[in-house]
Amino acid sequence: MYSRAYKTIVSLPPLLWVGVFLLLPYALMFAHSFWAVRDGTVVHQWNLNNYHTLFSKPVYLEVLLRTMRIAASVTLCSLLLGYPLAYYLSFHSGARKELLYQLVIVPLWVSYLVRGYAWKTILGSEGVLNGFLQYLHLTHEPVSFLLYSPFAVVLMLTHIYTPFVFLPIYAALEHIPRPLVEASQDLGAGSAQTFLRVIFPLSIPGLVAGATFAFVLSLGDFLAPLLVGGASSTMISNVVQSLFGAALDWPLGAAISVCIVIVIISLLFLTERLEKRWSFK
Amino acid sequence: MSFAIANPQSLDTATPAVLLEVRDVAKRFGAREVLKSISLNIAPGEFLTLLGESGSGKTTLLRLIAGFEQPTAGEIWMSGERLDALPPYKRRVNTVFQNYALFPHLSVRDNVAYGLRVKSTPASEIGGRVDHALRMVKMEEFADSRPSKLSGGQQQRVALARALVNRPQLLLLDEPLSALDANLRKQMQGELKTLQRELGITFLFVTHDQDEAMALSDRIALLRGGALEQVASGREIYAHPTTAYTAQFIGQTNLLRAEVRDGVAVCGALQWPAEGESGAAVFSLRPEAIQLASAGISIPGTVHFRAAMQQQFYSGASELLEVTCAGGQLLRVRVPAQGPLFGEHDFVFAAADAIRVQE
Repeated sequence: MYSRAYKTIVSLPPLLWVGVFLLLPYALMFAHSFWAVRDGTVVHQWNLNNYHTLFSKPVYLEVLLRTMRIAASVTLCSLLLGYPLAYYLSFHSGARKELLYQLVIVPLWVSYLVRGYAWKTILGSEGVLNGFLQYLHLTHEPVSFLLYSPFAVVLMLTHIYTPFVFLPIYAALEHIPRPLVEASQDLGAGSAQTFLRVIFPLSIPGLVAGATFAFVLSLGDFLAPLLVGGASSTMISNVVQSLFGAALDWPLGAAISVCIVIVIISLLFLTERLEKRWSFK
Repeated sequence: MSFAIANPQSLDTATPAVLLEVRDVAKRFGAREVLKSISLNIAPGEFLTLLGESGSGKTTLLRLIAGFEQPTAGEIWMSGERLDALPPYKRRVNTVFQNYALFPHLSVRDNVAYGLRVKSTPASEIGGRVDHALRMVKMEEFADSRPSKLSGGQQQRVALARALVNRPQLLLLDEPLSALDANLRKQMQGELKTLQRELGITFLFVTHDQDEAMALSDRIALLRGGALEQVASGREIYAHPTTAYTAQFIGQTNLLRAEVRDGVAVCGALQWPAEGESGAAVFSLRPEAIQLASAGISIPGTVHFRAAMQQQFYSGASELLEVTCAGGQLLRVRVPAQGPLFGEHDFVFAAADAIRVQE
């Protein structure tokens, strides 16, 4: 069909892109994780010390576990918010559907940083929420647990990633042919049974995709802990950042990154199988 | 001709039982009036077809009975129970959807079992009834397949089994054969008819295909622009259409615009005895009511005329002629296959076959 020259010209830019901006950086990161650092400079001496440090010092594993805990909480919270919202919009919002959809999407256009600082303003000891609580005379002095806690991180990330969870679920729900819902009612199923037996099973691929977004994006987040998290909620990316930055230990940072990539790739592999298992046609 | 098939209309008058009664039902979508005061009775065991062009309201009427839409006015009753107040899942009505609407995540067996499971039928009963329903539509060997692996005709059968397993009082079928190719369609028509007769379940069938309606139905309800045009058996509608629209929609016809005066209808060079009021009138004359005649022989009650050949369409056992008579009136004539005809010929029709219809 197409000439060899045409095929080459068309495929070259994406291949170059993938090569220069994906494969090369990954290869460099992978190589770094097996190198050493002496007097603040990287020496190209192959060894496994970085991985040894990683698994022998409990602090890294602790942070990684905490990160996964936070990511899991964010995933759960955004599913609990995003699914009912998507369900309502897709099945029961009627003529307001388009407007509500846009309202859900609008926050995505606002800078991540702005939203982060907004939460700082809301949750801080001089913040909006504390002011409100005192105005209501529910507390007499500012409540401090709101800001600089894992709670704040989960809250902020949930706010940021709920639209990401909402979108694939909404798309999956919109794809369910409405005659299936009518067929279910026709066969004697009320709303609850129709949801459990038809709508929910058919929305699982969207649910899995949304959960994956929330989990993977939260797992790699480092701004939320910086802005609203504090020392008690340091996440794995903060560790990587400080190793590459202040500590100047690129090889150890790279080793952690390799571990994260492995965790994420296994997760994606798993979720893809799940999505396949639950998609039909 | 077969006299073995009981005429449901005579049954209807003998036993006043009515399964479904549609009383003055109207439906609007915003400013659009889709159904205008429809009244229709369906007898138990009847095969009734709602026939009409797209936009005539036939599917809306079906959806009102199934419960997917609410009537704007009027009532629907089934077996002495007000139906339109009930949600769809409480009606003893099942539907075969146009594109089957099989659940893609369930096997054929689970699709068929769906209605029994949601109504908490004892598990011991479900297995047997599902197997029986699948055997009925000859799909038992596909019980464990997913719907996406089945052909259109097979999906159609599963959709039927899924509805029939619930033993509905009334089965609604929304253009169930329209997605099938011509041959399969003919075959499924036969199977549907057989199934309906064996089970004795009342069928309300929606189609836009007049041949299908004629082949399957005990009675046809012809809809036009949201109103009932005529409700009668296929034979009755074909032989005695009440309106020009019906005459044209069911089968082919010649519409003759005539002037009736003193018991005689005049249309160009043609005239025949006609009863009823004087004035402008429209008559329907089926193409096969006109035949070739030998010149000069005249039988009382027949109309003779000469006409010139225009076109000839051969279709196997018969052929359709388009001829113009002296006044320039174009007529379609269906005759047994003749071989090529040219020039002018004599034609004849019985005056009684020119049916006076409303405009």
